[in-house]
Amino acid sequence: MISNLINRKLFTLLKVQYSNMLEYRVEIALWAISGIIPFFMLNIWTNNNLNESINISDVLLSRYFLCAFFVRQFSVVWVVFSFEEDSLLGKVSPYLIQPINPFFRYFAQHLAEQITRFPFALIIAFFFFILNPESIWIPNLGILFFSIISTFLSFLIQFLIQSIVACLCFWTEKASSIERLLFIPTLFLSGLLAPVVSFPEYVKSWIYLTPFPYLIDFPANLLSGNETNISGGLSMQILWIFLLFPLFKKIWSEGTKKYTAMGS
Amino acid sequence: MNLRKYLKVYKKFLHTSFASELEYKTNLLIDLITAIFSLIGSIFLLSIFFQNNENIGGWEFKQALIIQGIYTILNGITNTWFNPNLTEIVKHIREGTLDFVLLKPIDSQFFISLKKITPSGLLEIMLGFCLLSYCIKINQINVNLSFITLSSITIICSICILYSLWFFISTTTIWFVKTWNATEVLRSFLYIGRFPLNSFSFSLRIFFSVFIPIAFITTIPSEIFLGLSHSWKILLEFLVAMVFLFTSRKFWLFALKFYSSASS
Repeated sequence: MISNLINRKLFTLLKVQYSNMLEYRVEIALWAISGIIPFFMLNIWTNNNLNESINISDVLLSRYFLCAFFVRQFSVVWVVFSFEEDSLLGKVSPYLIQPINPFFRYFAQHLAEQITRFPFALIIAFFFFILNPESIWIPNLGILFFSIISTFLSFLIQFLIQSIVACLCFWTEKASSIERLLFIPTLFLSGLLAPVVSFPEYVKSWIYLTPFPYLIDFPANLLSGNETNISGGLSMQILWIFLLFPLFKKIWSEGTKKYTAMGS
Repeated sequence: MNLRKYLKVYKKFLHTSFASELEYKTNLLIDLITAIFSLIGSIFLLSIFFQNNENIGGWEFKQALIIQGIYTILNGITNTWFNPNLTEIVKHIREGTLDFVLLKPIDSQFFISLKKITPSGLLEIMLGFCLLSYCIKINQINVNLSFITLSSITIICSICILYSLWFFISTTTIWFVKTWNATEVLRSFLYIGRFPLNSFSFSLRIFFSVFIPIAFITTIPSEIFLGLSHSWKILLEFLVAMVFLFTSRKFWLFALKFYSSASS
């Protein structure tokens, strides 16, 4: 029954946020365009034949970067920025009274944004295929299913990490600088700019113990049909979620106790 | 006399924005660490490209580091001045506070472009200069007067182009109201400034020298460092910079004609 209630609330939130997001279509289209860095990277890789040394063919590499683009599109998280603004302006107080954790609101916001973003991402992919017709492929249903799940798990991991950082707002008021710091390893180690297989040995030896390669590299490899360990990757993603979730609950309950509303 | 007045006003700007930024000291510290990590990350990415290759696009690793250094300086300037100020235009227009700017007995472009400063970007500029002086050492560049004048002229031109690009995009807010994300698109395009222009395919090279002159921004100053640059290129960059500055100024004055303040 409780889960039923949450479902209904979440569904309503989702509907509200979706219509809200549709309002700003151009804005979301621009967000989608700003994610094209993987294609520039692909251009460097193939134009200089850098992929020969890591034994990935041009076609597979272009699929990899296209998938990296897709995974990134559907795992972008900005909860810390929204939460920081709301907490600085004192908007968190009314949210706290509502019989649902405010993070559900942000969660619905992100999901609604992803749904709005989907057609724009498809258009960009369409242009990509026109320019690179040889890289067209159709992943089989099982792979598609697993990669959607792993993309969603990647989104969840990032959402949890950022929510934990966002909760630091209760103490420092400005937590977005911590997020900008965390974004650096996410950018360089997640596989957005270069596939993790191409990393030097001294990095590869420890990187699989961190959450970073499971954010983009693993789902992108899975979807693009590059070699990867499906069960290992998925279980690592789930493991990270299980590690981060209690931490979030803890910091949330500590933070709300600490919270003193602005302007009241 | 006029210049003295502007200098005096700018001193006041510096004073107030430093005071407000130093309010969040931990924030500042974290931003400094972020700047350092960001540079390490970029060099790491570059080292992946050069792992098994002597050169990409005709540039050796130690030469490509020069581009990295110049990019870091320009990025630092962007973070110190352009980003905090020009994203503010969006806020001014949405909330109608641009009225107050226009009413002041001071040039509106001056006020809007230089009001704020983010001190953490200054460290990035210093890091960039450190990297450049290291590059001068490992590339055995002969530092003489003509080298210094030419390189500073080209870097100043790059700054002008960069500023105009940012200012152009921010000005469009007057029509579109929400162009927060357009600057994000520009940011992602600027990302390619980290790499030598020759490492991209021909079509991208054309795109980034004709439509958005990002190519000029880092590649031409780096060529000066290596003594590869032709005088026509320097002249061209100078011309492009002047045209951009001039048109961005004209565009601002033109756009202001369309400004109807909010709720009045």
